[in-house]
Amino acid sequence: MKESAKYKLEELLKNGMMHIFLIIVSIGCLFPLLWMAGSSLKTQQTIFSDMSIFPKNPVWGNFYTAWTRGGFGTYFLNSLFYTVTAVFGIAIISSLAAFAFSRLKFPGKDMLFYMFLGAMMIPLPGSFVPLYVLMTRLHLINTRLGYILCMINVGLSFSIYLLKTFFDKMPSELEDAARIDGCSRLGIWWNVALPLAKPAIAVIVIFSSLNVWNEYILSTLIFSSKGLMPLQRGLMIFQGTHITEYPLLMAGMTITTVPMILVYLLMQRHIIKGITAGAIVG
Amino acid sequence: MKTKAILQNYLFILPAVLIFFIFYIYPFYKVFTLSLCQWDGISQFNLSKNFIGLGNFIELLQDRVWWGAMLHAGYITLIALTFQNALALLLAIACDRDIKGGNIYRVIFYLPPVLSEVVVGLVWKWIYDGNYGLLNHWLASMGFSNLVTDWLSNPNTALTAVAIIHCWKGFGWGFIIFLAGLQTIPRQLYETARVDGASGWQVFKCVTIPLMVPVFILVFILTVLGTMQVFVLILSMTNGGPGYHTEVPVTRILASMVDSSRFGYACGQGIMFGAVLLAISFVQIKLSKYMKQA
Repeated sequence: MKESAKYKLEELLKNGMMHIFLIIVSIGCLFPLLWMAGSSLKTQQTIFSDMSIFPKNPVWGNFYTAWTRGGFGTYFLNSLFYTVTAVFGIAIISSLAAFAFSRLKFPGKDMLFYMFLGAMMIPLPGSFVPLYVLMTRLHLINTRLGYILCMINVGLSFSIYLLKTFFDKMPSELEDAARIDGCSRLGIWWNVALPLAKPAIAVIVIFSSLNVWNEYILSTLIFSSKGLMPLQRGLMIFQGTHITEYPLLMAGMTITTVPMILVYLLMQRHIIKGITAGAIVG
Repeated sequence: MKTKAILQNYLFILPAVLIFFIFYIYPFYKVFTLSLCQWDGISQFNLSKNFIGLGNFIELLQDRVWWGAMLHAGYITLIALTFQNALALLLAIACDRDIKGGNIYRVIFYLPPVLSEVVVGLVWKWIYDGNYGLLNHWLASMGFSNLVTDWLSNPNTALTAVAIIHCWKGFGWGFIIFLAGLQTIPRQLYETARVDGASGWQVFKCVTIPLMVPVFILVFILTVLGTMQVFVLILSMTNGGPGYHTEVPVTRILASMVDSSRFGYACGQGIMFGAVLLAISFVQIKLSKYMKQA
């Protein structure tokens, strides 16, 4: 009897210690975000002296000023546009290719597939220069199209790999039935394969959205007009030119971060699936 | 009919292959030619006129700033390998037991990796700020005024300060992989070992660790390759400064290209960097094969 009570106490203590450790780390994760959001509600006068996390008199107008005068409205819409178009492109193009790599026959199939896989090993920064030169030659520099094509390219390899492994595991009876009914290969891709691959497509869509939304360096190389830039680039420009306007900068950063946190919270299961799959490829 | 069918099949991969060849393979191939040339990126390029042989590479071998940058990346990698991965593993072990709120912790820990590096860099730059930063404010109010410094402008602290933020952003990723690995270990193994009288530490040493070796290797390799390529965080926090104290290889490549318009030199740096990464991966793969056998 005594023994079991002692054991229970020990377990309780162990669990308590564990929770304290986990909670401390959690606070460490969340605090900078709260500090960012809180700072975005302070005034230019109080931001350097008010060290409370949330100010007593929050200035919600900072968001309006950042959105209009800070230019974050334009940047936000640009980011949204690039994310939607690039992710749409990645989903369509990679699912077409993955379907072919998994189900269709043509010479050179394996070689091409391994090339896509191998590309994940090449560090992109190494070829910034030729990429930049190429974009200039093709008159794609400082254009929305150029940026979207680059972002599609960055997302392709991982998506093709993920979808191909998914298609490989899928039973082919349904496709065979569709084929006997006279469905074309394109029809099978659209009507049978894509609907069945929804879980894998979801992983790709969410994962690519995060990647495109958070991308910084390609937008720096490609865009020189402010009107075309996405949020990440806009943030860096803003902090370079308005060095001391911290409340507006923090408001801009909150505008940048909140949509991704919402997407993450809604879709976290899929995201975690993507990480695990991505790590296995790498 | 047969050829027609094959050609139609090619149409499925055509968009992917086109984009891939134009934006990946062509630049990758071009980087080798350009690395043997001297070119400012503006003037008309002419291979016979711009060709300088191995000049870029010879200069690069003697470039102290470049190798310093390589060392800085190595230092950040070392901190990520030890500090970041140890934290990730500890948290994963804690969450692997069926504790209350395990899923909430998981969601919170993976939040930093979801954020953009620009946002993370700028928030922490503000917290680290020498005059008005929160960190110094806290240190001063807790009586550690002697520790107060301008964290990102002080050559002694800047690199470590950046490395810590890199770990802050990255540990959640390692945590997810470790946790996924731990959850594949069958529970019966733990129970059997317990029944046989093994202590908690013995179970960890003799059951968990051996079964986790492949996961350890995976995280080890990905941490090294990922951390060596760090740079957006650095651009947003210190931009390589103070002096050259937080430069890393990728920021040097960008500097050659954007600041000094030495396109050929930047390509040489790109190749050298790729070669170093390749060598590291090669050693790691050899090492992991050896470890798996042992």
